[in-house]
Amino acid sequence: MAAPIIEIESISKSFGAFQVLDQLSMQVMPGEKLALIGPSGSGKTTILRILMTLERIDGGHIRIEGEELYHMSKNGGLAPADEKHLTKMRQKIGMVFQLFNLFPHMSVLDNVTLAPILTKGVSRADARKRAMELLDMVGMSAKADAMPSQLSGGQKQRVAIARALALSPKIMLFDEVTSALDPELVEEVLNVMRKLAAETDMTMLLVTHEMGFAHDFADRVLFFDRGRIVEEGKPDDIFRHPKQERTQTFLRKIIAAGHRV
Amino acid sequence: MPPRSARSHFPQHGTKPFMIDWSGYLSLILQGAVVTVQLTVMGSILALIVAFIAGLGRISRFAILRWLATAYIEFFRGTSIFVQLFFAYFVLPFMGISLTPLQAGVLALGLNVGAYAAEVVRGAILSVGREQYEACTALNLSRWQCMRKVILPQALLVMLPTFGNNAIELLKATSVVSLISLADMTFQANIVRSQTGSTLIPFATILFLYFVFALLISFGVRALERHMARGLDGVRT
Ligand SMILES: Nc1ncnc2c1ncn2[C@@H]1O[C@H](COP(=O)(O)OP(=O)(O)OP(=O)(O)O)[C@@H](O)[C@H]1O
Ligand SMILES: [Mg+2]
Repeated sequence: MAAPIIEIESISKSFGAFQVLDQLSMQVMPGEKLALIGPSGSGKTTILRILMTLERIDGGHIRIEGEELYHMSKNGGLAPADEKHLTKMRQKIGMVFQLFNLFPHMSVLDNVTLAPILTKGVSRADARKRAMELLDMVGMSAKADAMPSQLSGGQKQRVAIARALALSPKIMLFDEVTSALDPELVEEVLNVMRKLAAETDMTMLLVTHEMGFAHDFADRVLFFDRGRIVEEGKPDDIFRHPKQERTQTFLRKIIAAGHRV
Repeated sequence: MPPRSARSHFPQHGTKPFMIDWSGYLSLILQGAVVTVQLTVMGSILALIVAFIAGLGRISRFAILRWLATAYIEFFRGTSIFVQLFFAYFVLPFMGISLTPLQAGVLALGLNVGAYAAEVVRGAILSVGREQYEACTALNLSRWQCMRKVILPQALLVMLPTFGNNAIELLKATSVVSLISLADMTFQANIVRSQTGSTLIPFATILFLYFVFALLISFGVRALERHMARGLDGVRT
């Protein structure tokens, strides 16, 4: 069996006195599509933000392709990672945010080409060519010269996906990428994600409240509550035959709130 | 120096025994206006440079830079521009640094207004949302790349209107240089007053000119703002 691409080993995270993650461990295999579901405040976003190095952990270990994320070997021991190490590790990971976080002062095309030019030394011409391919893939090539303020939410999110893909990360993190969108715009973004899942072997971690989508998209579903994995399994098992009472309660509430499963 | 007993085509009323040739005096005031414009432009450039250095210093990761920037800002905001100018012109020579009146004026004005503008730089940078920094991290940009390509271009738009005000403050403050005998517009108006005995005409003239210069700054800044804000609604609040 292949080695996991992400190994999370008893990590803990608190914000002040509030413990969000408590000794959490999990593994993700290369190419796996993982859906993280659970009630609000259960720590799903926090996990993705920790993997993207937007939050630090209080304890534990994370390994990406066998290499420590927050530690580096030094004089035979482990030292806290410095900026250089983090920069190296971040090359493997990309993230798409709930609120897109596009750069508002740059055109769509510049949003996508900025990082490859600056961080990978790609020539402007090559960056543009690749950006146009990616924008084409997400159905946004016609808007390459538009400014973000001229786009709908769904269009912005598709550009944000292309922007993250431009760095060719091995792991992509999606944090509720459709929850800020008007209902009629959700599907165009989900279609892009389906295409990604079908056409690439990227490892994808997805936090979502779209249970129907999670069911179709994921190889494995993790149900979180209060910073712990309460239940995990194949989408059919989790959504059709949840074993834990907390999972059942959560899914009932979600369905009552009008989400499809 | 203008002629003391010039002829004018227009007879003067009242007690004046002779007529005044105002065109000579006007050219005197315009010479002063050139000096005022020089001071304003060069002072603003210096202010802009130190504002960015000190503004970025204020939010630096390094305590020593933060401390130095704070010390500079508090010192120049907390002391009078008169004293700063006198220091630059009369005290620095004792330390082996002799400045021309123009250099001393530019230095004092630039450092003084730069201290105020540094706080504008800092505030504008902090006004850019955290999510923009997080996008930088997710795209693996370095701190400096993020600052240069993402944060500063957005912050600049926030700074610009206040920079316009700072430049106008600097313009108005230029008149202090007449105290070190630099022949700016105010200095020349005083000469004209003492030579002609008329207060109204020279001072009304420079009042008008200061106002025109301030308007030019306002218009310039607003045009720049419009130019930079193309397609960018939603950034400014
Ligand atoms: N920067 C922060 N400072 C303080 N508390 C925080 C911070 N970030 C998150 N939290 C808290 O940590 C808990 C977990 O947050 P997290 O965003 O990971 O939850 P989530 O599972 O993504 O929830 P949601 O479904 O609402 O997005 C929440 O109670 C939240 O209030
Ligand atoms: Mg969340």
